[in-house]
Amino acid sequence: MNSDKITRIVLYSFSFLIILVAGGMVFSLVGGAIPAIKTFGLQFIWSNVWDPTEGSENYGALPFIAGTLITSFVALILCLPLSLATSLFLGEYFRNTRIARIIGLMVDLLAGIPSIVYGLWGFYVLRPFLIDMGFENQGFGVFTSSLILAIMIIPYATSLGNEIISMVPNDLKEAAYSMGATRMEVISTVILPTARSGIFAGYILAFGRALGETMAVTMLIGNSNRVPDSFFGTGNTMASVIANQFGEADGLKLSSLIVIGLLLFLITGIVNGIGKLIIKKMG
Amino acid sequence: MSEKNIIKIKDPILSIQNLSVAYDKNNYAVKDVSVEVKKNTVTAIMGPSGCGKSTLLRALNRMHELYENIETKGTVLLNGQDIYKLPTIRVRRMTGMVFQRPNPFPTMSIYDNVIAGYKLNGIRLKKSEKDEIVERSLRDVVLWEEVKDSLFKKGTFLSGGQQQRLCIARALAFGPEVILLDEPTSALDPVATSKVEDLLTKLKENYTIILVTHNMAQAARISDYSLFMYLGELVEYDKTKNMFTNPQDKRTEEYLTGKFG
Ligand SMILES: Nc1ncnc2c1ncn2[C@@H]1O[C@H](COP(=O)(O)OP(=O)(O)OP(=O)(O)O)[C@@H](O)[C@H]1O
Ligand SMILES: [Mg+2]
Repeated sequence: MNSDKITRIVLYSFSFLIILVAGGMVFSLVGGAIPAIKTFGLQFIWSNVWDPTEGSENYGALPFIAGTLITSFVALILCLPLSLATSLFLGEYFRNTRIARIIGLMVDLLAGIPSIVYGLWGFYVLRPFLIDMGFENQGFGVFTSSLILAIMIIPYATSLGNEIISMVPNDLKEAAYSMGATRMEVISTVILPTARSGIFAGYILAFGRALGETMAVTMLIGNSNRVPDSFFGTGNTMASVIANQFGEADGLKLSSLIVIGLLLFLITGIVNGIGKLIIKKMG
Repeated sequence: MSEKNIIKIKDPILSIQNLSVAYDKNNYAVKDVSVEVKKNTVTAIMGPSGCGKSTLLRALNRMHELYENIETKGTVLLNGQDIYKLPTIRVRRMTGMVFQRPNPFPTMSIYDNVIAGYKLNGIRLKKSEKDEIVERSLRDVVLWEEVKDSLFKKGTFLSGGQQQRLCIARALAFGPEVILLDEPTSALDPVATSKVEDLLTKLKENYTIILVTHNMAQAARISDYSLFMYLGELVEYDKTKNMFTNPQDKRTEEYLTGKFG
């Protein structure tokens, strides 16, 4: 055998191994999910009972689906003005300047902070602050989690928007300026419309990030297994209920947690798929 | 200096007096240029690459001020008004500008591109007024017949030449006094180029046109007056016919005969 052939065989077997691992993972997860699917059927998705009492065990995913979608959506809304302003600052007002590079670096740095550190900060700094501001629930809940999530997803929402905004061709802006437009008018009628789909895709990807964020949310959301009764109420997300309960779970409960995991995987996959599709369409 | 061949114009619409522009201190891209431009003519700005043609053109509607640290000295009178004493926005509305690369707004329809100047300046018009401006401007650039059935399609679907004529229509729609064009045909094929040239010859009936061009044949074909720049200085300014047949300055002659540039 020549070395070329050996290399090829090694490469092939490694790629095959990856397929095997991924496939095996999905296979075993689906296998683990089957008891819960058999017991609850599709109803699992919209049932809001989470009752681990032995003998009358009954599980539904609605509280966690709701918790996930609500916290992520609120986080997105909170992060929107901030990241749009940052994108414009970096991609237009201070494009290619030293200050933009420094701020860009800090934004990237935000992306590198581990989730648990955000959680700690939220727990020891943000939460006491919110209690001082008169929030109930000891500062735990949807709002606190959304706030932390909003900060965590800023880099994702900002970096794509910033890049797309800085790519708006200069001669389009100049055409607008030459007709007497002010900078604000250039931003609102030329830059934002031209960069629209890119900015939008950035938000979708940021939303996808928020859906799956686990540690920080688990530490701050209050971990109550019900649909949040208010904006400031406690709840649980799909990721946080898994992180919170898998250790002591077995049987039907573990199986239900696995179904929740698969659902989260599905939702995140769809959201990221949409984001990537938009980016691909822009070319 | 005094023997420079720079002709005087009677009742100029535009009078440039001792204009100097520097991108950074003491590094002047345009040096002490004085030129008068006659109404309803085509005036060509010629010269080798980097001699300051675009800078001079952009100083006429203060577009060069988009760059930071720009320094401008001298006076530019448009219809007797010093444009450096007027608000920038007003100056830019009094002039129309056309760029090297056709640049219709990609998110706007053909229709919206034409009235973009009104939109950008927040001027509200009745539907009938808009329709009229769009049709008149597109007829002015001989594009109406070609696009009248697709006014609400994106302007970016047009051919390069059509796009450039759309950009000229956009520059005309606001009713400027002067139209400034920076190498408007350098990205176009010969057929589209000749259409734009015909158009400029026609447009000078109603507008005053200043055209930066690298293409000497183009300057000879369509301009009435030509100015030749070299290293930021104005070398010669004359009727195009005279300049091409009998250039006074050696550098002009060398440029026109293709010795450099
Ligand atoms: N934004 C800028 N910042 C600094 N210097 C500039 C800038 N734009 C142009 N210059 C310099 O000013 C001088 C004149 O440039 P200008 O673009 O006016 O020349 P031009 O005659 O239009 O050239 P071309 O034929 O290549 O378009 C050149 O030396 C150029 O390097
Ligand atoms: Mg130029």
